Amino acid sequence: MTAVPADRLRLGLPSKGRLREDAAAWFAARGLDIVQTGADRAYAGEIRGAEGVDLVLLSAGEIPAELSAGRLHLGVTGEDMIRERVPDADARVRLLAPMGFGHADLVLAVPDFWVDVEGTHDLDEVAAEFRERLGRPLRIATKYHVLTRAFLRERGVGDCVLVDSQGATEAVVRNGAADAVSDITTTGATLRDNGLRALADGLILSSQAQLCLSLTAPISSAGEGELSRLLETLSARALASSPRED
Amino acid sequence: MSPDRAYLSEARIGPGLAAVAAELARLDALFAQAGAEAVEPAILQPASALLNLYGEDVRARAYVVHDPIAGERMLRPDFTAPIARLHLDRHGEAAAETAALYRYAGPVFRASVPGQARPSEYLQAGVEMIGPRDPVAADVEVFALVRAALGPLAERAAVTLGDLAIVFAAIDGLSAPRRLRDGLRRRFWRPPAFRRALAALAPDRPPPTLARRALLDAAASADGLAALLDGASEPEGARPLSAVQARALALSEDAGVSLPAAEAARLAEILAVRAPAPEALARLRALDPGALASALDRFETRLNALAASGADPEAMTFDAAFGRALEYYDGFVFEFALPDAPRLPPLAGGGRYDALLARLEGPPGLPGVGAILRPEACLAVP
Repeated sequence: MTAVPADRLRLGLPSKGRLREDAAAWFAARGLDIVQTGADRAYAGEIRGAEGVDLVLLSAGEIPAELSAGRLHLGVTGEDMIRERVPDADARVRLLAPMGFGHADLVLAVPDFWVDVEGTHDLDEVAAEFRERLGRPLRIATKYHVLTRAFLRERGVGDCVLVDSQGATEAVVRNGAADAVSDITTTGATLRDNGLRALADGLILSSQAQLCLSLTAPISSAGEGELSRLLETLSARALASSPRED
Repeated sequence: MSPDRAYLSEARIGPGLAAVAAELARLDALFAQAGAEAVEPAILQPASALLNLYGEDVRARAYVVHDPIAGERMLRPDFTAPIARLHLDRHGEAAAETAALYRYAGPVFRASVPGQARPSEYLQAGVEMIGPRDPVAADVEVFALVRAALGPLAERAAVTLGDLAIVFAAIDGLSAPRRLRDGLRRRFWRPPAFRRALAALAPDRPPPTLARRALLDAAASADGLAALLDGASEPEGARPLSAVQARALALSEDAGVSLPAAEAARLAEILAVRAPAPEALARLRALDPGALASALDRFETRLNALAASGADPEAMTFDAAFGRALEYYDGFVFEFALPDAPRLPPLAGGGRYDALLARLEGPPGLPGVGAILRPEACLAVP
């Protein structure tokens, strides 16, 4: 980044939906009101009570990349999004505070009638069975390739191939596009309705919305002061006290 | 001076490029003189067929690209599998009786991994020996070719040898039933799973979970499994109910099996052997419960032949667990690395990959052994 260190902070918030409402409520509960400015400009807004902060409204899915690139100082998005979309996330983004909403578990799930498959150890054996019987690896549909791949590697599950699925991941086993899924679940009801069951040790990530700090965004000392004041207001400051890497 | 190609700076134009071209020409001439035929697999390979072959490490790093007509293609992540495919396509039924030695050079492509400074594009030059030949002679010929190609660098390099045939013989010599031995062998390349599989065979392992207990009990009776499945979802997808039943039965048969602690400990000792090759051989002989004899004989014959070809056995390290990171190798494996240039990858490496050819739907028992050099890394040696 060659940008001039900023005196003003850029805070990215989800521009629509439930996440936006919950995030606005979280800030409001801490004395900072998010207000929309302009009648039909849905993507413009400001944050009352933190005058040195510019509010940037954008899709929750874009926030991780903006934080990683240092174009936002702070942002609200799901931990799953950060871990999936920011390579080497721990070096680029710090999760400051879990916000208590946007809960979602990423789980590895198999057809429920696979009663012989309880955990990842069994899945590994079934993958070998697929190789032997069908001459191909076991296919796992997901939109979380990075997280799923790292999980499979850590658990030592072999001979699985990830199949990209954007959208109705739960339905892919039924329509034959994959054999198992790695997907977000909140209550497990959607998995059940689709004849799927999470593996006993199949929790890949228990995620929720997080207030995130970019470790790459250039910031002036005035901006640092603004950041300290804001974090103090948000009572998240203690969590941010470890040294920043610029 | 930022590197503009793997391990090298200023090597895309001018004298740097000329040095790369000269190195490739030198290797090409050397391999041609050894009787190797030139082969040039396409850079764009069909993705699905090939991706199925690789271990997760290569698979995760393959660049898959979309072609509007051909569908998913992949930038070749290595040469071995595409060359084996060319050999099988060319010779068809006769592939099993046709011995060939191929030479090649060109870029391979592997996507970057965060936190690891590995190049996403680099040159490989190498040979693949496919078809019926005396395996030990073939192993040694390929090794000697690489050694000759490295020239003076071969003397500076630390050589590591492995032999997965010894590992597999050690696993196969365990007293556990075949299904469990196969499971261990399959997991050798994935240490966490390997450790869990061994732990699951320990005499003092924890008792099964309630769900697993229910499955084992149900599988033991004729309609027990039917009752268990009654509450589950309707069978759908590529795995039939019969496969679930068969595995449940196998699990219940295995439930009473354990591996004596002394056997597990000996396997661990065998896998931990890492020493100059002659000493390693002696230690493995001493540890051998009987099952390793023929694999060790073959290793000894090969070591003698390597010595006869000019390599110093005492200067080569045998590492029993070497080869764990390279999923399709299944026999002799070797590597030349420079300990005093930690920034560089191994300069050369290779091994035997008999099972890969079977996975490519080649004739059963068609053997292959090959090796690559990394010409850019060789040129970058200080």
